[in-house]
Amino acid sequence: MAEFQRHEHDVLVIGAGGAGLRAAIEASHAGASVGLVCKSLLGKAHTVMAEGGVAAALANVDDRDNWKVHFADTMRGGQYLNNWRMAELHAREAPDRVRELEAWGAVFDRTPDGRILQRNFGGHKYPRLAHVGDRTGLEMIRTLQDYAVNQPIDVYMECTVVSLLKEDGRIAGAVGYDRERGRFKLFAAKAIVLATGGIGRAFSVTSNSWEYTGDGHALAYNAGAALQDMEFVQFHPTGMVWPPSVRGILVTEGVRGEGGILVNREGRRFMFDDIPENYRNQTADNEEEGWRYTQGDKNSRRPPELLTRDHVARAIIKEVREGRGSPHGGVFLDISWIRAKLPNAEEHIKKKLPSMYHQFKQLADIDITKEPMEVGPTTHYVMGGVRVDGDTQMSTVPGLFAAGEVGAGLHGANRLGGNSLSDLLVFGMRAGKYAAEFAARQGNARVDAQQADAVVKSALEPFNRSSNGEGPYQVEHELQSMMQELVGIVRRDEEIRKAIDQLKLLRARAAKVSVTGNREYNPGWHTALDLQNLLTVSEIIARAALERKESRGGHFRDDFPEKDPPHGKFNIVIKRGANGEMQVIREPIPEMPDNLKRIIEENK
Amino acid sequence: MATETLARNVVESGQRAAARSNTSAGTETRTATFRVWRGTAAQGQLTDYPTKVSEGMVVLDAIHQIQAEQATDLAVRWNCKAGKCGSCSAEINGMPRLMCMTRLSELDLSEPITVEPMRAFPLVKDLVTDVSSNFRAKKRIRKFTPRPPDAPDGTWRMSQYDVDRVQEFRKCIECFLCQNVCHVLRDHQLHEQFVGPRLLVHAAQLEMHPLDILDRRDELKDVDGIGYCNITKCCTKVCPEHITITDNAIIPLKERVVDRHFDPLGKLVRLIRGKRAGSGKREMGSGGVAQ
Repeated sequence: MAEFQRHEHDVLVIGAGGAGLRAAIEASHAGASVGLVCKSLLGKAHTVMAEGGVAAALANVDDRDNWKVHFADTMRGGQYLNNWRMAELHAREAPDRVRELEAWGAVFDRTPDGRILQRNFGGHKYPRLAHVGDRTGLEMIRTLQDYAVNQPIDVYMECTVVSLLKEDGRIAGAVGYDRERGRFKLFAAKAIVLATGGIGRAFSVTSNSWEYTGDGHALAYNAGAALQDMEFVQFHPTGMVWPPSVRGILVTEGVRGEGGILVNREGRRFMFDDIPENYRNQTADNEEEGWRYTQGDKNSRRPPELLTRDHVARAIIKEVREGRGSPHGGVFLDISWIRAKLPNAEEHIKKKLPSMYHQFKQLADIDITKEPMEVGPTTHYVMGGVRVDGDTQMSTVPGLFAAGEVGAGLHGANRLGGNSLSDLLVFGMRAGKYAAEFAARQGNARVDAQQADAVVKSALEPFNRSSNGEGPYQVEHELQSMMQELVGIVRRDEEIRKAIDQLKLLRARAAKVSVTGNREYNPGWHTALDLQNLLTVSEIIARAALERKESRGGHFRDDFPEKDPPHGKFNIVIKRGANGEMQVIREPIPEMPDNLKRIIEENK
Repeated sequence: MATETLARNVVESGQRAAARSNTSAGTETRTATFRVWRGTAAQGQLTDYPTKVSEGMVVLDAIHQIQAEQATDLAVRWNCKAGKCGSCSAEINGMPRLMCMTRLSELDLSEPITVEPMRAFPLVKDLVTDVSSNFRAKKRIRKFTPRPPDAPDGTWRMSQYDVDRVQEFRKCIECFLCQNVCHVLRDHQLHEQFVGPRLLVHAAQLEMHPLDILDRRDELKDVDGIGYCNITKCCTKVCPEHITITDNAIIPLKERVVDRHFDPLGKLVRLIRGKRAGSGKREMGSGGVAQ
C-alpha cells in the first residue's frame, strides 16, 4: 500500500478563497472539526483579484434599494435560468453577511454619515456594491483569513486534492498531495465542501490564475455529481490586450462606472448602436445622460457601456470582426476624455482607480489619465458548476457540498458584477453550516485503501513514462488555444463538434506526457495532473454548448443568434453515465412561487 | 466634448499602439540570459537560461517560458500576475521585487538577469521559500475585538477620515518582501523573537482600528519584539504597495509602547487610578461619528 499522511475531519473544505474560508468558519462555529485545504498559500486565492465590490442591498446610499430589487436584478441578469431559491436567499442574506465582515474587522469605504459606502455597477439598479477602493477582494479575503486562523481549523497550505473517495454512495474522504514534498495525504471526512473556484485556464485569454483548472468541477463529476449550466462562461468585456504578456489581465468595470467610454478605431462610441430590448427603459439614449448617471444623478439612466457583461463583450467582438478594432485586436476604453468634463480629471482618475492607473503605467507604459487603453474580452468566470440544493448547497452526492464559483444556480446565464463576492459569503456560510449538520448525523467515514492506492498509482504515472515524451505545458497550451478558438465567445455547431474531436486527441496525448525531476515542488508534475481536470471540464463545456441551440447570456451561438423561449425552461445538466460516458440532460426549471413572480413583475 | 477631438485622440492613440507593436516585431528575436537559482537547502547553484524576450514581458513571463521550454520542474510561486496576491516575491539582480511587476525593459538585458529566492527564509526549492514563520507570527497577535455596535441594527459608524489610516495598512498583500529585507530577520534570523515589519503593520491596523478595544502594547514589547526594530526603513523602501511601514505603522507603535512602559508620570497615574486607566485606546482615534 502507498504511504499516506492520514488526517480525519468532520468537514473537509477544499479551496480557501472567500467561499472556502467562510464555509470553514461556519462549520467550525457549529462545532465540527474542520480541515481546510488550499492549493496556494493561505490568502492568495483568486478572491484577492476582485476589485469592484460586494453586492448587498444595504440601502446605505439609495434608500429605494431592498432585497426584492436585488433579487429581480439578479434574475434579469441571469436571463431567468437562475435557481430562483438561491437568488432569493442571496438577496435576502447578503446584507447580513457584509455587516458580519465589518464585525470581523473589514474596513469598507464610508458614507458621509459613517456607514458602509456603496457604488454603481452594471446591471444593478441602485448603488449596491460595498467596496474598498478597487481592492475589495483583498479586504474580504484578509478579513476572513485573519478570523479563520483564530478558529480551531487545520489549514493545509499548498496542497492539491486529486480525487474524492466514496463509500456506500456517500462521500467518505479525499486523496491529495502536498506540493512542497510531494507526499500523499489521505483525508477521511464525513462531509466535503468544494470551494475550488472556476475553469478560466481552459482558455488562452483569461484573467484567472494557474489555480483555476476546474479541479472542483472535475472532482465532483468524477464522483458522480451532476453539473449544470456549464455552457455559460463569462467573458469579461475589458481585459488588457497589449503587450502580449499581460493579455487577459482584468480592467475593472469601475473604469466604465466612473465615466469611461468604449470607442472603435474610427473614434465612434459604438455601444449606443445596439441596446437590448429588456434594458432599453433603463439605458441612457444620449451621451450627456450617460455621463450624468456616472456622476451620481439619480434621475439619469446608465450609459450603454454599463449594460451586462455578456452584451458588452459581444459588442466589442463585433467591432473587431468587422475591422473597426484597435491595432492589437481590441477596442479603446477611454477615461481620459473626462478631462473635458472635470477640472481636476487627472487627480480624480488616480484617486478613483488607483490600481488601474498603476497597472497600465507599470505594465503597458500607458498613462490612462492621458490616453485610451486597448481592451478586449477575457475569460473571467463560469456561471455553471456543481448542481446543488438551493438551501443546503448539497450536490447530488450525499455529503458533497459546493459553494462559490464551483457551485451553480445563482447566476443563471450571466452573472452581475459584485454578485460573486456576495455569493461566496452567503453560500459559503450555508455550505459550511449544512455540511457540519450532515456530518453530525453520520458515523465515522471509512476510506477504502484500495481506492486511494489506485489514485496514487495513476498520479505518479507521469514520472514512469519515457523521459523523451511530450511535456505537459505543450498540451495545456494547445488545449487553451483550441478552446479559445472553437468554444470561445462566439460558437457554432461544427466548431464545437470539432472541439470535442480534438479533445479526444488531446486526452490521448495527455495520457502520455512525462515529467522530469522528483516529487518535490515540481510544477511540471502539478501541471500534468491539473491537465486531466482541464480536459474534463473542457469537454463538459463543449457538450453543454452544443446542446443549447440558442443565444442567451454568456452563451452565444452564431448559428442560433436569437434567444429561444423554450430553451428558457430548462437547465442543461451533465453527469457521468454508468459506462463512463457523458450524459447531457435537459432538466426543467421548477415553477417559481407567486410571491417571487410578483417581485419580478413589479421590478420590470 | 466634441466628438471630433475624441476621434482624433483615439486615432492618434491607435497609431501609437501600432507603432508599439512594430517595435516589438523588431525585438521578438532578441535573447536574454536569466541566471536562476536552482536547488534545495542542501545544495544548489545559479544556472544560466538563455530565452527569447519580447516587448512588455515581465520577469515572471521569462521564468514561465524557461519552465515550459527548458526546465519543467523549475519551482516558482505565482497566482494573480497582476501585483495583487503577493506570491511571486524574489530577488532580481539583488533587489527584492515581485516578479510579475518587474518589466524587462527596466533591466539591462546585455548582462544576465539574476533571479534568486528570498534569502531571509529557509529555501524549499529553486525560487520557493518556506514563509510559514510569517503565518505563525500572526497567530501571536491578539485578534480584532470590536466595541459593541453603535446602532440598534448591530452596525457601527466610522468616518472616512478615521479609517484612512488603517486602510493604508490593509493594502498589504503579504508578499513578505519587507520581512525579507529586515536585517533582524535576514541577518540575525530572529524569526521567533521578532514578528517583523509585516506583522507590525498588522498590529498597527488593529491598534489603530477605530472599533478595536484591545490594548496590545505589552505584547508588542514582550512577545512581538518591537524593540528589535531600529528603524532603518529598508522595509518601507521595498513595499510594492507603497505602505509607509516605518513612519506610519512602526514608529507610532513604538511611541505607544514607550508611553506605556517608560513614562514615569504615566506609571504614577496608573498606580493611583488602577490598571485600566490610560490604556491609551481612546486617544488613538477610536471615536466614530456620533449618531
